This record gives sequence, structure tokens and C-alpha cells, in this order.
Amino acid sequence: MTDERGTDPHKPGPHDPDNRGHFGPYGGRFMPEALIGALDELSAEYDKARLDPEFTDEFTRLLRDYAGRPSLLTEAPRFAEHAGGARVFLKREDLNHTGSHKINNVLGQALLTKRMGKKRVIAETGAGQHGVATATACALMGLECVVYMGEVDTERQALNVARMKLLGAEVIPVKSGSRTLKDAINEALRDWVTNVDTTHYLLGTAAGGHPFPVMVRNFHKVIGAEARAQFLELTGRLPDVVTACVGGGSNAIGIFHGFIDDPEVRLVGIEPGGKGIETGEHGATLSEGTPGMLHGALSYLLQDEDGQTIEAYSISAGLDYPGVGPEHAWLKDTARAEYRSVTDDEAMHAFRLLSRTEGIIPAIESAHALAGALKLGQELGPEGHILVNLSGRGDKDMDTAAKYFGFYEDGGADGPRGTEES
Amino acid sequence: MGRLDPLFERTRAEGRGALIGYLPAGFPTVPESVELLRGMIDAGCDLVEVGVPYSDPVMDGPVIQAAAETALRAGFRLRDLFTTVEAVAAAGGQAVVMTYWNPVHRYGVDAFARDLSAAGGLGIITPDLIPDEAADWVEASTAHGLDRIFLVAPSSSEERIALTVAASSGFVYATAVMGVTGARDQVGSLAEGLVSRTRAHTSLPIGVGLGVRSGAQAAEVAAFADAVIVGSAFVTRAAEGVTGVRDLAVELAAGVRKAPSTIG
Repeated sequence: MTDERGTDPHKPGPHDPDNRGHFGPYGGRFMPEALIGALDELSAEYDKARLDPEFTDEFTRLLRDYAGRPSLLTEAPRFAEHAGGARVFLKREDLNHTGSHKINNVLGQALLTKRMGKKRVIAETGAGQHGVATATACALMGLECVVYMGEVDTERQALNVARMKLLGAEVIPVKSGSRTLKDAINEALRDWVTNVDTTHYLLGTAAGGHPFPVMVRNFHKVIGAEARAQFLELTGRLPDVVTACVGGGSNAIGIFHGFIDDPEVRLVGIEPGGKGIETGEHGATLSEGTPGMLHGALSYLLQDEDGQTIEAYSISAGLDYPGVGPEHAWLKDTARAEYRSVTDDEAMHAFRLLSRTEGIIPAIESAHALAGALKLGQELGPEGHILVNLSGRGDKDMDTAAKYFGFYEDGGADGPRGTEES
Repeated sequence: MGRLDPLFERTRAEGRGALIGYLPAGFPTVPESVELLRGMIDAGCDLVEVGVPYSDPVMDGPVIQAAAETALRAGFRLRDLFTTVEAVAAAGGQAVVMTYWNPVHRYGVDAFARDLSAAGGLGIITPDLIPDEAADWVEASTAHGLDRIFLVAPSSSEERIALTVAASSGFVYATAVMGVTGARDQVGSLAEGLVSRTRAHTSLPIGVGLGVRSGAQAAEVAAFADAVIVGSAFVTRAAEGVTGVRDLAVELAAGVRKAPSTIG
């Protein structure tokens, strides 16, 4: 699979980290020695696989025949009326099998798991999207699958727990710490250190110890490669801005990389501002955090002055992570990408707006990028061209949305922002 | 010359293993942790590992996770670590610190080393820092005369063991099993093999941790290692107060003296 410039997304290139996984000062391996052997094995296997046509062709075939790629590029003109008249285009990762971009990475890592001869896969999940995608890939490839999920999240996302179980995965509720995503990762790492001989840890975002950030990124580069070619074909030009939501940062890094060598294209990551930065209840790691290590890499981190991790908050269960992938830290410091935040309310406004203007229900994660696009459109004006990564669909979020907008209340009131959008 | 060298010279001369006991600072409260650590030393710990309670302890099992949460909820702050170490040292005890790396990174690696050294600490055990990422710690520990205790694991290759021991001073921490901290009925047979593989690369003392909880296990481990490291079992016994940790230290101290030492 090559993009229209002939670049193979799997081949080593100038944007790769050094051989120990450093993007500038970030990344690396802040991991127990007991796991270094497994990370070395994974690195070695991945370095071989990314150059092996047998692997890359099989990956591309699965993306096409199983995940449904390429995903569409859809212009959103009625939505764009609210974005200062700029043209807005959506990269439709929501149309992939399992409903989000997550499938790209899990298919790649599941193939690698088989290459390594491992039979058992563990994963963490917050909202359940990565857990469902992992359970899906494991069902497809006949791998045993165990998903760690914070107890709080298993209650909030009961439907996804049922989906994972139906797909044959074991779901283990994590009762330690804050009982959310961060602790699910801790527990998965504890499992991995105990069972590393037989088990692959299928990490769900472009974070963690080397080689996860570069490997997960490369599996998602297909998003940006497709989008760039589609955008050129549709408009005859490149977008002014590419925007995506950033929790751990995998969908953003995937689409950003399609444009990283186009200096005229701005890359804007949108973080969860939660109840407002000033309340302290947010997940805006790059905007508000400081450098530190969590789950194996040096990156930005929400932490207190003693280096204790601070819990992130977002209405979106897929974005409430106090860390972020190390390459985003480097893109921030080098100013190749910009990061800003939108609040829960702004994201939910965009969530409903896209539903009512375009008939597309986005994931609340992706609605953060849409809210960012509304502001970027105002800044750019009518000449602006904005590409939004619509990283997932919103079916999983209906309960949250129904509560937020008051749809369960008597008479089906229309919630905190009850005006007609369009 | 590491700060811990005289300790191991003494235990080697006595033909026995050293006993190293772990307790998180601030558990259950800062003053109580000082009393517990002093009790452990009085009753036979040659060295204590003062743990830094941390929000995301991925190498720890449920017992130490819960202790860290208790300490943090009780208001533990990083500055309390230094006063704890100081209090242990003032009572004649020897202490190293065991900490995940982010609190040190956040505090400033050189500042942390400086303040730990000033408090009388002898070194740091670093469960999630490998020598490959430790350039600033090597510099700071050298500047402030602290020992660098890195870990080796049953999964470590010969190459990694060689690299790790070359960066270490004081002693090398060998993790007995593949897994997290916590008392176990049996210390894995992996431990003895790991110690013997590690000895091929270094003359540094080797301590074995993860899973030891009884005098009999301590004797078994002391037969092939230079030090026996006990953590979760002390944390569990801390529920009974100073008496609990003293009783365990007495039992373990007898254990490390029972083994026919292979050392010397």
C-alpha cells in the first residue's frame, strides 16, 4: 500500500524515532526490565514485518476486505455553514468495521501476534472501542483475548462489555486505583509482566514504551495517506488545516502523518477541555500538562508537583486519559502541530449539530474535533478548507447523549442547548 | 566504592545473607512509617528500602498498591520521604529508596539525589528505570555518592544482564519471578538460575526479591543470594503495628543466618 506520492507507510523514514524510540527527548522505554525482552522481541519482529511484503500485503488486504477501507471522504456543507463558511470535509473512520479507526491498529498487531507465535492477547479499554476492536481481531484470527476495563467503565459501557463477551473475549473489571482507563493499563501491564512468554499486549493507542508509539502510528498512517489523496482529488488542493481529537492520540497521529511533509497544512489536535480548563476537570494533557513518564514513555502528563498522576476527566470515555503519545509531545515542542481544547458542552453542541445537519452521528471523541473545526472555520473564513478526522461513530454514546440532552425526561426535552441547530 | 559496600562486606564476613525489608514511606501515616522502619531495623533488617507511594505502581501487586493508596490518601508528600529517611538514618539505620521514576523526574533528578544524600540515604532502587534511559541518574548518583540499584529479571538476556550490572553499584536486584510484588508460597526456581547467570557478569552482591514471606524461604534464598528482600509481607504485618513487623524481621533474620552461605 502506497500513497499517491509513492510513500510506503510502513518503511522507515525521517519521522521515525531513534532506534530506542525517542522523538526528540520524548518516548523511550520507562518500563520494568522484565518487559524489555518482550519489547525487544516486538521491535525486532515489527522491524522485519514492516519490510516484508507478505506482512504488509496481508495487512492491506485485511484493511480492504475486512475493515472496509478506504473509508470515505465526505464534504459537510450544512455543518460548514456554522463554521464561518469554510469548507469542511470529514474523513469517515466511523464507517470502518467496528465503527472507528481502532480496527487499523488491532489488525496490524494481531497479525504480528501470530507472527510471534503467541496465542494470547491482552488489551486495555476505556469506553470499550479498543476492547471491541481487539476482541474482533482475536475472533477473526483465533487468538485468546482478555480485556482489562476499569470497573467504573464496565458499568458505564455495559453494552460494549456484552459485545466483547459475544466476540469471545474475557472482560476483567479493574478495581484498583481510580478504576478507569489508566488503571486498566496498569493491570494489563501487570498481566503482561506475569505472562509475557505467551502473551502479546495489544496496546490501543500510540503511547507506551517503544516500539508501540511508532508501530501504532504506522498502522494508522493509512488514514492520512487516503485522506490526502481523496482531498486532492475532490478539491484539487490540500486542506489549510487538518484536525483530530487527541486522547492518547492515535487517530490524530495517523491523519497528521499524511500531511506532515506539507508545511503549508496546519495540524491541530483537539483535547478534551471537560468542564473547563479552569475547573481542573479536563483531559487536556498537551495544553495543560508537563513532561513526565506514564505507562512507559516520557511525554506530557497531567501530574501534581510530586509527580503523582492526576485523573483526567471528559464526557468522552475515550479521551479521559492523563497521558498522551510521545510523538505529539514532540510535534508540540517543535510547533509542527498545535493543540487546543474544547469543553464537554462545545463537543456536545457539535455532536448534535453534525447529527442534524448531515445525518451523521459522530463519536463524542470525534465531536471534539468537530467543535474545533467550528472555531477554526470562524478563524479561517470562507476561503478555508478544513479536514476533520471523524474517528468513530456515536452509537456507543447514545446513553450519554440522551442523558446530556434530557431525552429520557418527560416530554423528551431537548436538553441544555434546546435550540434547533439548523 | 558504593555506600552499601561496607554492609555487604560485613554480612559476607559473617557468612550470611543480608536482610532487606521494604515499607512505603507514609504508610499508614508518616510518623507511623518511621516507627515501623525503625522496628524493622532493630529486629534484624540490615537495610530498609523506603518506598515512594505512587499513583501508578505497575510493578506492584495488590498489597503494596493498597499501601501506596493509603499513604497518598493520608496526605503523603514527596518531602516526607526525605524526613523519613533522615529519621531512619538518625536512629542508626541504613536506608535506600525504592521509587518509580516519574516522581524523581518531576522533582529533578539531581535535586532528588542531592536531597536524598543529605538525608542520609544510600541509593535508589529503580523498578521502571533501565540503564538505557538513565544517563542523568548516573550523573546525579555519581555527583552525590548514591548507589544505583537496577533490576534484572528472569527474562533478561545475557546482554541485558551485562549492561545492567555494569551500570549498577551497591547491589543488583534480581526479581525472583516473572510478575509483580506479593508474598508467594514458593519463590520461583527461576531465581537461583537468574542469580547464577548474573554472577557470571559481576562481583556485586545480588539481592533477590518478589515473593519471600517466611524464615524458611529466606533461608532458601540466602543459600544462593547475597540478600533477601521482603516487601509485601512486611506491609501486611504492619497492620499489627511495630510488633508485627518486628516479629517478621526476627523470623527472617534467623532465616538468612540459617543458610549455609555460598558466599565468600
